[in-house]
Amino acid sequence: MTSVTEIAAPGAGAGRTGLRAWRWVRLRVLPILAVVLGIVVVWYTACVPMNVKETLTFAERAGAEVEPASPAERRDMGRVALVLANPGQLGGSFALDRPRLPAPHQVVAELWETTVETRPTSKRSLVYHGWVTLSATLLGFGIGTALGVLLAVGIVHDRAMDMSVLPWAIASQTIPILAIAPMIIVVLNSIGLQGLIPKALISAYLSFFPVVVSMVAGLRSPAASQMDLMHTYSATGGQVFRKLRLPASVPYLFAALKVGIAASLIGAIVGELPTGASEGLGARLLAGSYYGQTVQIWSALFAAAILAAAMVGLIGLIERLTLRRMGFGR
Amino acid sequence: MTAVVARIGPLLLVQIVALGAAVVVDLRLAAVLAVWFAAWQVNIRLSESALARRDGGRVAVAAVFGVTVLILWELTVRLFQVPGVILPPPTRIAATLAGNLDLLWGDFVQTVVKGALTGYVIGCAAAVAMAVAVDRSPFLQRGLLPVGNFMAALPIIGTAPILVMWFGFGWQSKAAVVVLMVFFPMLVNAVAGLQAADRMQRDLMETYAASYWQSLVKLRLPAAMPLIFNGLKISSTLALIGAIVAEFFGSPTLGLGFRISTSVGQLQLGMVWAGITVAALAGSAFYFAVAQAEKRVTFWHPSQRP
Repeated sequence: MTSVTEIAAPGAGAGRTGLRAWRWVRLRVLPILAVVLGIVVVWYTACVPMNVKETLTFAERAGAEVEPASPAERRDMGRVALVLANPGQLGGSFALDRPRLPAPHQVVAELWETTVETRPTSKRSLVYHGWVTLSATLLGFGIGTALGVLLAVGIVHDRAMDMSVLPWAIASQTIPILAIAPMIIVVLNSIGLQGLIPKALISAYLSFFPVVVSMVAGLRSPAASQMDLMHTYSATGGQVFRKLRLPASVPYLFAALKVGIAASLIGAIVGELPTGASEGLGARLLAGSYYGQTVQIWSALFAAAILAAAMVGLIGLIERLTLRRMGFGR
Repeated sequence: MTAVVARIGPLLLVQIVALGAAVVVDLRLAAVLAVWFAAWQVNIRLSESALARRDGGRVAVAAVFGVTVLILWELTVRLFQVPGVILPPPTRIAATLAGNLDLLWGDFVQTVVKGALTGYVIGCAAAVAMAVAVDRSPFLQRGLLPVGNFMAALPIIGTAPILVMWFGFGWQSKAAVVVLMVFFPMLVNAVAGLQAADRMQRDLMETYAASYWQSLVKLRLPAAMPLIFNGLKISSTLALIGAIVAEFFGSPTLGLGFRISTSVGQLQLGMVWAGITVAALAGSAFYFAVAQAEKRVTFWHPSQRP
């Protein structure tokens, strides 16, 4: 064992830190990079046959010789056969205006253009649309989580509530409750509520049930011996709750929060579909699919993915800091 | 006064006072509250009785609660004359369901059997096959696990408009969405499952001079089953969500998602709720079937022992 002073001495352990960093790169970073690189390679390769018909039409208009020459014949041919027949005319595969499958750099360029190079207040800005969706997500997620925790506390302390409500909360996890999203939007719209609140409601009920189920498990996670110990201290119900049940439930809560925020975002996006909303990532997806703007669809999709990853990552970070401070995993 | 509270309990007292106040304000409200409080008292009695320790008693308590919600719903809608375009009563939903069985059966086949089930089988099989394919490469496993976990948290349902563009309005595009949705959760569980057999068990296979494939088929795949079934159960719900929501982006004139979204547009909420009921029943049945299969296959696992 190295003593604390040795580790703390300046320069000590620098070699070891370097070794550990390399180990981390070799075991964690390199495999992930390899998989991501593989995905990008597959994507670029897939662009060629996916876009071949559009590419050849474009090349033909530019005056190139295309095999076979008539568009009708090309329409009936397989994509791979077309690629093999025209190996010299495929340069345009990655630069089409409306490709069937845009190349990764086209999506990145569109993302860059609509976030960094566009004012956030503009209707073309993805930051603007992202915020519309994110605000509904966060509001709904907050409501759903708060109500979920409250119900879980009720379930743990009231036997009748436990036996009546919990089976239904668990069953709700097996049914596609997202399906009622369009109805919520339209019904609330008909009584004059639109915009943020209906979407937040969908987000709320989607994050509500995972939180209930997980929090009940968390609040019940203390072992019988721990409950007995509290008993020997003659702790009141409130004290057992504050000092044992609540701290013990925190890891479960974070697991549910990560599931819940992802579900909330999906809820907000789907909530933007039925009324033909003009703002939000879901609206961008729908508009893109109406007008065949594939690059727009993909960039909205990536914006949603980045949002989801950022929020799940943020909760994961808070989770690690909190659990470390609370002394979990020591 | 305290003696009265102690005798009948504070909750009942609160309920009686609330009921009394409701009678003065609005008789309809009092009727709704009366049903609610009565059912709640029944459930308190039931959950405190010896019956609650048996399986039948547990089902009874949950059933009383479910039926109470339906009765309250019916009463509220009828007494307060809530317009049918906002919330139809359960009896009308049941009537719509019964009157349109043929139509809804067609929707069920289109969405659940053709879209969800096909995609589910292809996606789960592909994920397990991929997990086996990278089984010999710890390097790729270390890369696939975090990437798969990352992808599983993303809103993959958003690929629906793209896939509808590629595969057309038919069930094929819905199956493709389902494949993408179930693939990553399934992959993560299968890869983790194949690492579940412990050192001792692997050593034992080694002493038997078992080949790689023998040890895979006889030890590591069976040991992976609890996690594989975990993935299958998560995916069963995802598959239905994917198939239904993908229909919001374009579909032929049948399918549960189509039925729900068009009936919403026509303000036929009875039909909407009937479609939702079918989707809910299909989801529970699907999950139940997977859970039953799990019981058969992983009977040896501690979580399955009685």
